[in-house]
Amino acid sequence: MLRVENVSKTFNVNTVNEKRALNNINLKLHQGDFVTVIGTNGAGKSTLMNAIAGVFNIDSGTILVDGKDVTKLKESQRAKYIGRVFQNPLAGTSPNMTIEENLAMAYKRGQKRGLRLALNNQKKEFFKSSLELLELNLESRLQQKVGLLSGGERQALSLLMATFTKPKVLLLDEHTAALDPKRAELINKLTKKIVQNEKLTTLMITHNMEHALKLGNRLIMMHQGEIILELDELQKKKMTIKELIDAFEKLRGEQFALDSAVLG
Amino acid sequence: MGIIIGSLEQGLIFAIMALGVFIAFRILNYPDLSVDGSFPMGAAISALLIVKGTNPFIALIFSGIFGGVAGLITGLLNTRAKIDGLLAGILTMTALYSVNLKIMGTSNLSLFRKNTIFTPLNNLKPQLTQLFGNSEWLSWVNQWINTIVLFLFILLIKKIIDWFLQTDLGLAIRATGDNPAMIKSLGVNTDNSTLIGLILSNALVGLSGGMMAQYQGYSDVQMGIGMIVIGLASVIIGQVIFGSKSIKRSTFAVIGGAIIYRIVIAISLYLPWLSPTDMKLITAFLVILSLTLPQHSKIGKNIFWQKRKVNKKNYHAQQISTENN
Repeated sequence: MLRVENVSKTFNVNTVNEKRALNNINLKLHQGDFVTVIGTNGAGKSTLMNAIAGVFNIDSGTILVDGKDVTKLKESQRAKYIGRVFQNPLAGTSPNMTIEENLAMAYKRGQKRGLRLALNNQKKEFFKSSLELLELNLESRLQQKVGLLSGGERQALSLLMATFTKPKVLLLDEHTAALDPKRAELINKLTKKIVQNEKLTTLMITHNMEHALKLGNRLIMMHQGEIILELDELQKKKMTIKELIDAFEKLRGEQFALDSAVLG
Repeated sequence: MGIIIGSLEQGLIFAIMALGVFIAFRILNYPDLSVDGSFPMGAAISALLIVKGTNPFIALIFSGIFGGVAGLITGLLNTRAKIDGLLAGILTMTALYSVNLKIMGTSNLSLFRKNTIFTPLNNLKPQLTQLFGNSEWLSWVNQWINTIVLFLFILLIKKIIDWFLQTDLGLAIRATGDNPAMIKSLGVNTDNSTLIGLILSNALVGLSGGMMAQYQGYSDVQMGIGMIVIGLASVIIGQVIFGSKSIKRSTFAVIGGAIIYRIVIAISLYLPWLSPTDMKLITAFLVILSLTLPQHSKIGKNIFWQKRKVNKKNYHAQQISTENN
């Protein structure tokens, strides 16, 4: 469903700040795969996601969604195939517009937007039944401005907006990181439910090892722009949080040793 | 009474311009200063075409079209040439000053004894007198007929704008001003939605300019100076008094604000210690007053009932969200 082939990206080329963010990345997601991504800060996780979403052009390599080469397409052109939820709960919704208007915009994901009224009774009913899935009682607040919702509610709405048109690929960029533990738990529960219901092909970045193991059927670990660990369904099931943290610590230790060698 | 009617009529014409300013500043969140150029451009086009013998209504349509072109140029400078939004508007405005002089061929073009969009209404008055005889009721009608027709026309424009901003395209344009990253991730090219918004905004401004030229019977190259401030004053005064709960309420507020602004100016010019040269000072003072009063004083909150209601609602919503957390 999603294929990332030999993708590289370097920021600030030919300056002192030159940074190789992605180094020859290869990744293949089958229909219905739910891959969690972990890694240190600056490992290239978000860069990988932005590359797939088309926020910037990559230096080399190809990105295919559902067999279609999207490497040259702009972000707004790829939106048809790719749904996204951002870390910032304020980023995925339009605060001065109502809940139903936000949903109506997401409903038209990647389609031509014309001069038809965005809302009608049929759509409203559909939005209501979709919102019921969130169990946040948002279905009774359709005409409220989104800016009045709490962070957790806004993130749940963003998740719904990113998924209810069944995009080919769903990208979740630490979408629970800015929430308190209780809200984060709720969003995780919803993520699991929605991804399972719609059988979405999903890539999820997280800093929480527990979430990384609990959610999804595959796991990858990134470091310095490369994928250094890949777990398939069986390996992931056997993996414990402790083992994963050890692997992670080892990685950071190497990094530390490397630094001290340079500094020493 | 004459003063009130006069400022109502002018207020209604300026309301169209204010609706344009509202679309750029409030909907698109775009500080578009090309208004100072597209307003006199609409006036210049109307004046030129009428002098050349064109039907005044067709001339008005062209005023709107040329205003829209001005908006398109600002938009292209911003989205394609990547010039800062504020500067793009200033550049268009500056260039249009010369263009407007070129269009008119002179700095002031009179429409004396020419047919304008108001001629049919003026011709109707003696006919009505002939039909119904001279009564008190009829003189009232004759006095107010311009205001009523203008009001109906503005109501129509308001309805069209309300409808447009509720369509799929309208929603995309509103989101472009509200959260561009989000609407981009939903597949909208924000460059295009910005362009459409600016074209619509300046078309309304051009239309308003054309109507003003036909109303006052001349077009002057200077008549656009300070127009953006008048438009902003109308938007701000209107939203402070009438609120901005929904799109329908907002457009209503802008029209109301434009009329109130005009009436306040007319009244203050009537006061013996103020002269016409003080008008810009009064305008600036009005805007400052309506921006600060509702926030910083108890009196303001009590005068502007709408604000009080909104605050109550926010408080309620906050309570809900704290409970949820």
